[in-house]
Amino acid sequence: MNITLNNNLEFIEGESTTIAELMKIKNFTFKMLVVKINGNLIQKEDYTSAKIHDGDNIMILHLISGG
Amino acid sequence: MTFDEIKKVLKTKTIGIAGAGGLGSNCTVALARVGVGNLIVADFDIIVESNLNRQYYFFDQIGQKKVFALKENILRINPAVNMEVFDLKLNKENIPSIFAKCDIIVEAFDIAEMKQMLIETIITNLPHTPLIVGSGMAGWGNNNLIHTRQLSNIYICGDEQSEIAETLPPLAPRVGIVSNMQANQVLEILLNKQ
Repeated sequence: MNITLNNNLEFIEGESTTIAELMKIKNFTFKMLVVKINGNLIQKEDYTSAKIHDGDNIMILHLISGG
Repeated sequence: MTFDEIKKVLKTKTIGIAGAGGLGSNCTVALARVGVGNLIVADFDIIVESNLNRQYYFFDQIGQKKVFALKENILRINPAVNMEVFDLKLNKENIPSIFAKCDIIVEAFDIAEMKQMLIETIITNLPHTPLIVGSGMAGWGNNNLIHTRQLSNIYICGDEQSEIAETLPPLAPRVGIVSNMQANQVLEILLNKQ
């Protein structure tokens, strides 16, 4: 399937995946995250259940202390 | 646009700044200097000496509440600014009402957990308000790692990798760059709409 991840088109194997699986595939190891699927906020406890399908627009933003 | 035309536009705008530390104090100063009419700033903290390596306060203001000292400094720069300050800790409950009337919100916290809380609260409660986040600005040097990128109506300013640590403190130059990038992004959004 083809998804948009942080404005970039990406091909991911399979017909669907989850946020948790996507982060494993992309080697995202950051702790403080804000995640959206098609504009909808996904809470941390839903990363393993929130489904991603072909055509979805995903935002995974990681945050760093300092300011 | 001439500066008079710019000021005419900015005078009618309201910008919210969440935090009055390194990012918030410097960003607020930049917005006041160019003539943004209404600034809403919230922070609960008190100025300590270690803040002065990057935050827009003065030695004789140590011990004062940041929001009141910042208001005093802003009005010395531009007395025409209507500055509303909230001396409180921002949370999920009070953020939506404090920043409800803002054209744009600037995230200016230091701790990543607080940045996350603010972003999630804005996405949920004020989804149409552009939000400008600062992320990654510790240390010194590496000018060219600092950038801005846009994800729908969230804008991220910083290098997105330099986390503060004992040996990588936040310092005036990089914090100043990122806070002014945030202010610059505010202008881009407000003025390019004209």
